[in-house]
Amino acid sequence: MNMVNLKIDNINVTVPDGTTILEAAKKVNVNIPHLCYHPDQAVKANCRVCVVDVAGSKKLAPACSSYVYEGMEVQTNTKKVRDMQKGILELILANHDQDCLKCLRSGNCELQALCQRFNISKTNLDETIEALPLDNTNPSLVRDTAKCIKCDRCVEACQKVQEVHALTHSHRSVHYNVAPAYEMPLEQTFCVLCGQCSAVCPVGAIVEKDDTAMVWDAIQDPKKHVIVQVAPAVRVALGDMFNLPKGSIVTGQMVAALRRLGFDKIFDTNFTADLTIMEEGNELIQRLTKGGTLPMITSCSPGWINFIEGRYDHLLDHLSSCKSPQQMFGALSKSYYADITGIDPKDIYTVSIMPCTAKKFEAKRPEMKTNGVQEVDAVLTTRELGRMIQSAGIDFVGLEEDQFDNPFGIGTGAGAIFGATGGVMEAALRTAYEVITGKELPALEFKGVRGLEGIKECTVDIDGLELKVAVAHGLGNAKKLLKQIDSGESPYAFIEVMACPGGCIGGGGQPIKSTMDVKAKRIDAIYHIDEDLPLRKSHENPAVKELYEKFLGAPLGHKSHELLHTHYHSRGMKYNFKELMNK
Amino acid sequence: MNSTETKSFGVLTRDLALKIDSIIEKHQSNSTKLIGILLDIQDVVPRQYIPREVAAYVSEKMNIPLSKTYDVISFYAALSDVPRADYIIQLCDSVVCKVTDNTVLLNTITNLLGINEREATADGKYWLEYTPCFGACDISPAIRINGKVYGNLTTEDSIKAALSQYK
Ligand code: SF4
Ligand code: SF4
Ligand code: SF4
Ligand code: FES
Ligand code: FES
Repeated sequence: MNMVNLKIDNINVTVPDGTTILEAAKKVNVNIPHLCYHPDQAVKANCRVCVVDVAGSKKLAPACSSYVYEGMEVQTNTKKVRDMQKGILELILANHDQDCLKCLRSGNCELQALCQRFNISKTNLDETIEALPLDNTNPSLVRDTAKCIKCDRCVEACQKVQEVHALTHSHRSVHYNVAPAYEMPLEQTFCVLCGQCSAVCPVGAIVEKDDTAMVWDAIQDPKKHVIVQVAPAVRVALGDMFNLPKGSIVTGQMVAALRRLGFDKIFDTNFTADLTIMEEGNELIQRLTKGGTLPMITSCSPGWINFIEGRYDHLLDHLSSCKSPQQMFGALSKSYYADITGIDPKDIYTVSIMPCTAKKFEAKRPEMKTNGVQEVDAVLTTRELGRMIQSAGIDFVGLEEDQFDNPFGIGTGAGAIFGATGGVMEAALRTAYEVITGKELPALEFKGVRGLEGIKECTVDIDGLELKVAVAHGLGNAKKLLKQIDSGESPYAFIEVMACPGGCIGGGGQPIKSTMDVKAKRIDAIYHIDEDLPLRKSHENPAVKELYEKFLGAPLGHKSHELLHTHYHSRGMKYNFKELMNK
Repeated sequence: MNSTETKSFGVLTRDLALKIDSIIEKHQSNSTKLIGILLDIQDVVPRQYIPREVAAYVSEKMNIPLSKTYDVISFYAALSDVPRADYIIQLCDSVVCKVTDNTVLLNTITNLLGINEREATADGKYWLEYTPCFGACDISPAIRINGKVYGNLTTEDSIKAALSQYK
């Protein structure tokens, strides 16, 4: 690789050819202001706040889109540069509904941080911000265009990564806008509520719907028995909210914090992840041996379910009929748990802590009811839990570690890896192998399905039965596998799909700044959790075994069907052009 | 993602869909000709605009995401995403027409029809919009009604005469 020498603020830097000034500056601890730049995305160069002075050029150059050359001399802090940057920020603010004190992004807003850095706030007070009505009609996300700085990051997430194309830029010049086509609310588009847009937005223009008030109320209500489940991906990300090193495993502190917040019982979604494997694994075995639609595709990611139910509803037979671990937990909380504790299901308030905004939607699906009550009453994202802990004044980092409660407190390593892309597949293979062959697996790890490659595949030899499987994360990748199925060319028996890049550890509800580097660290942490656990196969989970003995009977049995399975159905989102033409 | 019913149609009919099919075919389904295709389609849609259902139909036919089609529609002034009218009055506001004083023209139309720029009359008959020079400078000030040019419109009578051909 060709190396280039240059000077940034009189500091010598050597970087590979093809590096931008902005990235070169990072190497020598110079943080050039930026808003549209995102390390995982293409260069957009539309905000212009990153301008710098390059010797020999009269015009200031955008650092995010200008490449270094040998002998280049860059100044990032001259008066000319600072005045320009300040001017740009003031222009942005003039059209920005600046209400930081009650904005969910206050404290981790990139615009706010820059305004602080330049010591400016809104100058002209004429309140003529051109904005669309607040879009808050869906259960997951709130879009507020009065705060949008039109950087296009969400558009890239939605179009290039997810290939959903719910969001687009539109109109031009002063009317330039970022919104769904025809300015529809998200709910009336093919938006899958994955929240990837909210994860990359530099400001508070797309945020999770905040449900913390509801949960505070429930905790305060003496008539309610409030229980909480925590998804596998939360424990390796929550630490970000408290400035811990990325990928820190904070399971113990997290349980302690939940206890202090006042939850009556604290349970682990890893438990129902194991249960999902028992049901889904047996469903796969049944389809393989007795015949059934193949490839079978996993159903634990509600963003993915929204995608297939909306756009690819002709392929719904491929989905496993299993509910997601969140909903399995919810169903058990309002049946089995109510039975053994003697509490009326109506008085049990079930909260889940999820890395995901689409889970909020899933919990509200009308069919997700058990014993006449909603299975999961409230879903908080990792970000919302972090804010609750902050709001309660709990010193998270100093907390003594605590443990999950029984009967839903035991999860195996197989349940733990659900949080990473490939994890459900690996967990299912560990169980399917042993159930089909009756033999112990020679090696537990299925390395072929791990990692951040967009589509992973491997062939597993189960006592002579060759099983071809694939794993996709990010809906753009999932779409490729669906197209194969559509054309009858899919070679797979089993496919795992997670809507979010990296799997749940990269979910749309995870702490802000979950870049690809951070995701890789979380994945490492997840596999560490797996390695450190004494039990690493779902079918060996003693609490799961007990649940089958005492309550459910056998996997795919009558009770399972009633509580743990569902019927995924078309959402009727498409215009029916065929019917029109046949009139 | 909440709808439970298949979307129904307000504007798109089988007839219109067939017309759209032949327009797309005329342009060899070539997505680089999207603007031309949309302009032609707009001409055959009542009130001369591209509603969402029509944009969705075109998008599906041409295998383009609706978001992209909408981006194009909203970018070009000649394409409208809101209903216009049976007769589109385009008032040139380029330099020559300005010099020859198109304000009389504008005021007269506004008075006669009771509409401002980018507005339609209540009966959905007339729509008024600005447009850049369309090459009628020699007979400026000029307007176009549904594409037909009328020039030398300096008096109220001449304007009335032009409008009277569209009832
Ligand atoms: S988006 Fe940022 S600058 Fe705007 S109100 Fe929220 S915190 Fe403040
Ligand atoms: S939630 Fe997902 S699908 Fe919906 S707009 Fe955001 S990125 Fe697109
Ligand atoms: S919503 Fe956020 S990410 Fe999208 S353009 Fe606006 S500021 Fe950028
Ligand atoms: S960060 Fe460079 S132009 Fe936006
Ligand atoms: S300036 Fe009006 S037609 Fe040319």
